[in-house]
Amino acid sequence: MLRTISLSKSLTSTLTKMGPRAMSTSTILPQVQDVPSSKLGGRYTVTLIPGDGIGQETASAVKTIFKAANVPVDWEQFDVSGYTSADDKTFKQSVESLRRNKVGLKGILYTPVSSLGHSSFNVTIRKDLDMYASLVLCKNIPGYPTRHEGVDFAIIRENTEGEYSGLEHQSYPGVVESLKVITRTKSERIARFAFDFALRNNRKKVTCIHKANIMKLADGLFLNTCRELVSKPQQFDVMVMPNLYGNIVSNVGAGLVGGPGIVPGCNIGREYAMFEPGCRHVGKDIQGRNTANPSAMILSSVMMLRHLGLDDHANKIANAVSKTIMGGAVKTPDMGGSSTTTDFTFAVISNL
Amino acid sequence: MFATQRTAVAFKGLKALSAKTAMRSMASQAASSMPGAFNAKKNANGNYTVTLIPGDGIGPEISESVVKIYKAAGVPIEWEPVSVTPVLKNGKVAIPDEALHSVKKNTVALKGPLATPVGKGHVSLNLTLRRTFNLYANVRPCKSVVGFKTPYDNVDTVLIRENTEGEYSGIEHEVVDGVVQSIKLITKDASDRCARYAFNYAKETGRNRVTAVHKANIMKLSDGLFLASCQEVAREFPEVKFDDLLLDRACLQIVQDPSIYADTVMVMPNLYGDILSDMSAGLIGGLGLTPSGNIGRDASIFEAVHGTAPDIAGQDKANPTALLFSSVLMLRHMNLNSFADQIEKATLKVIADGKVLTSDLGGRSTNTEFTNAIIAEL
Repeated sequence: MLRTISLSKSLTSTLTKMGPRAMSTSTILPQVQDVPSSKLGGRYTVTLIPGDGIGQETASAVKTIFKAANVPVDWEQFDVSGYTSADDKTFKQSVESLRRNKVGLKGILYTPVSSLGHSSFNVTIRKDLDMYASLVLCKNIPGYPTRHEGVDFAIIRENTEGEYSGLEHQSYPGVVESLKVITRTKSERIARFAFDFALRNNRKKVTCIHKANIMKLADGLFLNTCRELVSKPQQFDVMVMPNLYGNIVSNVGAGLVGGPGIVPGCNIGREYAMFEPGCRHVGKDIQGRNTANPSAMILSSVMMLRHLGLDDHANKIANAVSKTIMGGAVKTPDMGGSSTTTDFTFAVISNL
Repeated sequence: MFATQRTAVAFKGLKALSAKTAMRSMASQAASSMPGAFNAKKNANGNYTVTLIPGDGIGPEISESVVKIYKAAGVPIEWEPVSVTPVLKNGKVAIPDEALHSVKKNTVALKGPLATPVGKGHVSLNLTLRRTFNLYANVRPCKSVVGFKTPYDNVDTVLIRENTEGEYSGIEHEVVDGVVQSIKLITKDASDRCARYAFNYAKETGRNRVTAVHKANIMKLSDGLFLASCQEVAREFPEVKFDDLLLDRACLQIVQDPSIYADTVMVMPNLYGDILSDMSAGLIGGLGLTPSGNIGRDASIFEAVHGTAPDIAGQDKANPTALLFSSVLMLRHMNLNSFADQIEKATLKVIADGKVLTSDLGGRSTNTEFTNAIIAEL
């Protein structure tokens, strides 16, 4: 179902002084009370989990760019992998590090399909640190035309309950029950986050997405949303939804604006913030080929810089990425070019 | 010891039985391997009888078009029109018995759009039909139509959705104030028969590939069971290729480039199917041209999934294509493939020519003119 609430005019007019949103990452994150102060010498320590698949390649692109731009960030890197269960210890260390630093940048960790495999590291880390809100920004990037023009919306997804509660059991051989849990506390919390976000970022509309009465299939307005999304995506501004629907909508959204390679995102809780590509794909198929588009990871790191209050550095890098894509000379295969991840990274650096 | 003995006896009995039935089961395997395969008999005139539920709004007009086209094409079908306007039965709103009996007897029905009655205590008609006839699988092909420009023009997908359980099991309760639990139910039986239908469909339509869409990395047990069922059924169909795909990836790829699914049949649990099938329809401009079929154990119902369009009802402006394509799906289900091809080809030709089009396709012709143009192309 789809319920839209427009924010009142008086409220939005007071916010216009914040100016239009320039780049897809110029957002203000609400609700994190504890933005870490810089350490000695004005430097920040950030936990880095490159992740599986294309993670190492895109993370090193970010590291190279940060170095070139003289960003005062020191990395605490953990090479966790979801492919082996032996990595449990490294994984625990990385969570501890995140607890300490309160800010992290992360690629995507692989989750095995087999029922014998470990449960998702990605989900565990969000749940353990109660990073309840996932934010994904879907916006057309100038210089990279796609089928749809003028798309610009934010997806806010509840991260800690719903279909991902992980409560499953076999009640009788051949009969499996899986529990979806929705609580008022968490629903209210995510709704507040969405409105807070909308106000702070001068967005005018919040759309709630759900399937209020699943028995009435014909009235399944969530589907309505998906249909509207692919045929007229320009009408959305801020969308808020439970866990599984967020998974679907963020992938549809990414498809609309040009793929998982360019969509940034983050996970936010009261204390912690972890930035990761919005679409959450491992990218195993193109691992190690130096063909991945690092934009999603770079733009996520730009969001992180804004979160740390390093706006000058953030703008510098965001503009360089924008200029590189606008230039059109350096494009990774997913954007229809043949440049490598390294080419793209160096092009961004030369545009700094 | 007793247990061993009993098992041995049972085993012997089973062996004898299986030897006796071996011949028969070999012969009828093709038809009986899938619950709900079409096996109705022709009537005295050498025709099949099919129940026709014209529906509300534009329903009667577009049903009339289908009847006319079928007559012109000489399809060996006799229609049995019934009304499903709800009646009061024992103080409850229900579907008339006459309609239920007709569908049960003919095992095949074609259904126009139905208006959703407003008011509480009303049992959803679709739900009643689904329960009564065990409609366990929903098949939704989506194909771009040449001559009708939509955001995407290379769509050719087939989705098969489990229709009876999953997230729509309807088992929900509030544990304590502010905490709601909803149970997603996945059973081996339901997953098996849905998978089997998908593989049969792939084999018959020559797509020869089945792709299971799931989220078994997160829901390891429930979606895992669905996936395991598909893998098991895949072994019965060595000639059909099988692969599986995470829901996220499916959503992403179908929006980016739907053509990569043009050679496969996607099969998935209820909710995912609900979402993906409507999204695929969105890719080609909505539900106006997409057919749908509900395959059941006791009967199969083919329907247009668009609305009743009360604003243009009775004005001869409606486009009958979705219902016509659903009926083509029905003809294939009844193994009347040559008629299906003939009607489908004529309809596509009329739309591609672009001379006679209804207003929703950007033309100015009436439904009658459109229907006659199709008949002329047969």
